[in-house]
This record gives sequence, C-alpha cells and structure tokens, in this order.
Amino acid sequence: MTGSASTLTRTPSPTGRDWVGITRQPFVGPLAALVVAVIAFALLTPTFLTPYNLSLIGQQSIVVGILAVAQTIVILTAGIDLSIGAIAVLGTIIMAKTVADAGPFGALLLALVVCVAIGAINGSLVAFVQLPPFIVTLGTYTAVAAATQLYAGSATYPVTSKVLTVLGRSFGAGALRTTLGVGVLVVTYLVCLYVLGQTSGGRHVYAVGGNPTAARYSGITTNRTLMAVYIMTGVIAAIAAWAALGRIPNADPNAFQTANLDTITAVVIGGTSLFGGRGSVMGTLIGTLIVGVLRNGLTLVGVDNLYQNIATGVLVILAVAFDQVARRRLQ
Amino acid sequence: MTGEAPPVLEARNLVKRYGSVTAIDGADFEVRAGEVLAVIGDNGAGKSSLIKALSGALVPDSGQILMDGEVVKFRTTLDARHRGIETVYQDLAVVPALDIASNVFLGREPRKRGFLGTFLRQLDKATMRAQSAGYLADLKIGITSPSQSVETLSGGQRQGVAVVRAAAFGKRVIIMDEPTAALGVREAGMVMDLVRQVRDRGLPVILISHDMPHVFEVADRIHVHRLGRRAAVVNPRERSMAEVVALMTGALQPTDDERNGGI
Repeated sequence: MTGSASTLTRTPSPTGRDWVGITRQPFVGPLAALVVAVIAFALLTPTFLTPYNLSLIGQQSIVVGILAVAQTIVILTAGIDLSIGAIAVLGTIIMAKTVADAGPFGALLLALVVCVAIGAINGSLVAFVQLPPFIVTLGTYTAVAAATQLYAGSATYPVTSKVLTVLGRSFGAGALRTTLGVGVLVVTYLVCLYVLGQTSGGRHVYAVGGNPTAARYSGITTNRTLMAVYIMTGVIAAIAAWAALGRIPNADPNAFQTANLDTITAVVIGGTSLFGGRGSVMGTLIGTLIVGVLRNGLTLVGVDNLYQNIATGVLVILAVAFDQVARRRLQ
Repeated sequence: MTGEAPPVLEARNLVKRYGSVTAIDGADFEVRAGEVLAVIGDNGAGKSSLIKALSGALVPDSGQILMDGEVVKFRTTLDARHRGIETVYQDLAVVPALDIASNVFLGREPRKRGFLGTFLRQLDKATMRAQSAGYLADLKIGITSPSQSVETLSGGQRQGVAVVRAAAFGKRVIIMDEPTAALGVREAGMVMDLVRQVRDRGLPVILISHDMPHVFEVADRIHVHRLGRRAAVVNPRERSMAEVVALMTGALQPTDDERNGGI
C-alpha cells in the first residue's frame, strides 16, 4: 500500500467521526470527475450553469437516481439486479391501468404489492435456491418485460390522476425551482444512507457482500439479509414508478429501456465495487449526477446522443478498471 | 496444571456418518479449565468433524457433549455461542471493508438506548468503539484504533481481530481452527502469543494445528486424533515431536494412560 493510492489508504480518522468508517469509500475520485465535468461544461456553454438547466439535470436523473439506490445495495451484497428497471415500468402500467377502478391510492398499493412480489421472487431464488443473481434477474427481466407488454397490450396510458402525477409538481422560489420527485430522490438517498451507515442491517449488507463466510460465522442470517435487500428493490422500484409518472404522465411499456444499465453505470462510476462489500450510496448519487451532467452537457454542446453513449461506456470501463486495480493493491 | 483442573467441555463417544463414510467414530474429547489443548491428526483423521461438532456446525448422530458435566445439545453454531464457545477460523473470517469495531461486534451490534435505538435501530457506535479499544488493549496485537478498516491490516493483525472478537464474547472456551494456516512465520508467532494470552486470562483454548513446533510451544496437552477417534492425549513435556508424529500415523502405540486420556 503506497501513498499513490491516496483515496484508498485508510488512516484512522482523527475526529473519530463514525460514519466515516463505511463511507470513507473511494468516492473522492468520482466527486473530482463531477467537478471537472461541471467546470468544463460551464466554460463550454453559457446555458449549462443556469438554475433552470441544473434543475433539469435533477429532474432527468430522478428515475435512474432512485433505482440506482436499490442497485447500490444489491451490488454491495455482491449481487446485481438486471430487472429493476423493468419492474418499475410494470409499476407505471399497473398504476395507469388500475387507477380508474381502484382509485389512485389503490393503484399505488397494487403496484407496490406487485413490485415487492417480484423482488421477493428474485430474493428467494438468490438466497434460498442460491442461484447467481445475474441469471435470476436476467430471467425476471425478460419475463417482466414481456408480461408488461402483454398487460399493456402494446398501448400507452395517459395518466391524469393528481395523486399519481403529484411528484411532477414543482416548488421553490424564482429561478430555483424543482419538483417533488427530486425531493423523493433526496429522501430515498437519505434513508438508505442512514440504514447502511447507522444500523446493524447496513453492517450486515456489507458483511454479506464482503465476506459471506465471515458473515455466517458471525451469526448473521445471510438469507434474511439478501431477502430484505431484494424486497427493498421492489419497494424502491414502485417509488421510481410513481416518480416516473410525475415526470412524464404517460405510462409507456417501452419507456426507460436503458434505465437498468444506467443504474449499474451510476453505481460503478460512483466507486461501488461489483465484487460486493465496498461502496456507498453517496458515490452512487455522484455517479448518477456524472451521467446526468455528461448527457445534458454534451447535448447542450451539440454532441450526438450516440457519442454520449460511447462516452458513458468508456467511463464505466474506466471505473471498473480502477476498482480492479484498487482491489489488487489491497490484497 | 494438568490432572486437577475440572473439564469444561467434554464429548463422549461421538459418532457421525455420511453415507458409508464415518467421519467421527466413537470419539472422546476433553478440554480442562485454563489449558491450551492442541488437537492434531493426519488429514482425513476427522479432526475438523470433531471440532465442528463441538462448535455446533455439525450435529452428531450419537454420543454426548457436556459442559461442566451437564449434557448439552448444539443444533447450530449459535447454540454453542450462547454457551460461551467462540471459534476462530483459519480463513481470516473478517469483513475487509468494515472497521475493526464493526468486525468485533459483527452479528451482535449494540443499539442506542431509547427512541433512536428501539425505533430507528441506530447502532451505538460510541460503545462499539470504546469496548473494542478496551479489547484491543487487553490483547496486545499492535493496533490501537478501532475505527481503522480491517483491509488496512496485515494478515496476522486481521487474525488478531478475529481472536479479539472470540476472546471478547467467548465466556467458556475458545476454539481456534488452524488460525495460522494463512499466515507467515512472524505473524503466526504473534497469533501463538495471543493463544497464550487468552489462556493466561483463564479461558481454555482448543488449538487445531498442523504446525508441530507451534503445538509444542503453547500446548499444555495434546489430543492426537486418528481414524475418527481420539488415539491418545499426551503431555508435550514427556513426548518428543517425533513420537507424537508416530502416534498420529499409528507407527507408535500410546501408553494406557495416554489412550484413556487420563494424563
């Protein structure tokens, strides 16, 4: 361990601040990247660093940002969830199709129940049948995406319910306005930050991902931890579905096609290790913002969408490479 | 030291079969208060099965396990832990990304009192750190800060954290299953030092090891396991390393006292 791995060399914190222990993860690098990107785009285009545009970046990041929180926790357990985007899309269709009969709260509840049920299926297969999460969620992704198309009859459903679209309502003063959806995004992050950093359940997530054998030896019921994590992904998918209807009040079975990969991108760019046990939701928030800033800034500068995808792809590979090198150094 | 101390943990006539394979074949076992008992045996002799039965990781088909002369049943490792038996494993059973305090308290984290702890389930990190610092000071493993992350530690120090955890919660017996197998020479020496320190604090230690010099260095008595059962218990001051190896392979016959575990 040399001084060159500056973000990885962990010295005891002189202040003894407790949450530093877990969150002292390498998100210093991603944060620096975010700052550089913001400065670069601010210099390149005058419209970038305006309150309106920053608020737009926030709103564009809502759905992926919320889903990325769940993805972070799954990846911390050394798993991965390929289905969470598809689950959220199914959630939007359920809300839109049932609101007329069940009422807005009934529609929300129904979507929540279905999303949690799918999360529980993923969780049981991973925890009790001990199948690889990649395969399990690839299967549920395929099945859920197809079921969504069948259920939607390949049509889209405009949503007029005030309750279902409330998260699109804006608040704030003057030019500094944002939507309730951004508020939900922030609350989701804060709750998960608390659970991961301040509760024993959070410790167990890191333990199950970092060293499952040690977790079992320590008396942690790893199956219960995994179940809880995948059920939580269902809850967060339902929240993301609600926020999605606030952003665009039209449930479309073909929407958010890239949301799932975007969550993994955000998590990886945010410094969370795909091998589990190392990372933070703070990093993911930064990762989400990096992707959001990059896409928004490149659009403003006039770079084609496809080039943006290339840039994001390169960024992911760089982030994973960095993680690999860091892991080797630590061993 | 030997002979008079009462047995803390005993096993009588344990049997465990897997299909046609007999892993434990009528094994006896006894560890006494305040001693380091080494358990040695050739690969496949069944020592790990015996140790698993004693730590609750395996349920024997027949036979008895006793603590302080009373019959106990371990269905899971948690049962054994509730009885004050803690195990240190060879493969550095710590979580790298977590700090030392979190590792020491892993699986039994204290919560804050009142609303924060009961309803928000908030960890009591101040207590975790303070108590871990105390445990670290008790056993000299050369680490002072409990908020240091475990991945910054050497292999020996990581195993030290596992020993600290076991000694902190093990009220009756500490089992160490090849604790130095993954370590270098100097670090293994440090762990052996910890074994002695734990023993000197009054906790009996069961040390499973392949390393004869280590065994002779720290053990008060040596349990020789062979063909699924106890072949002998020997006094390391009466037997040479070569003799113990011969007992282990069956090349040498134990004395009657040794065979009956009476020394």
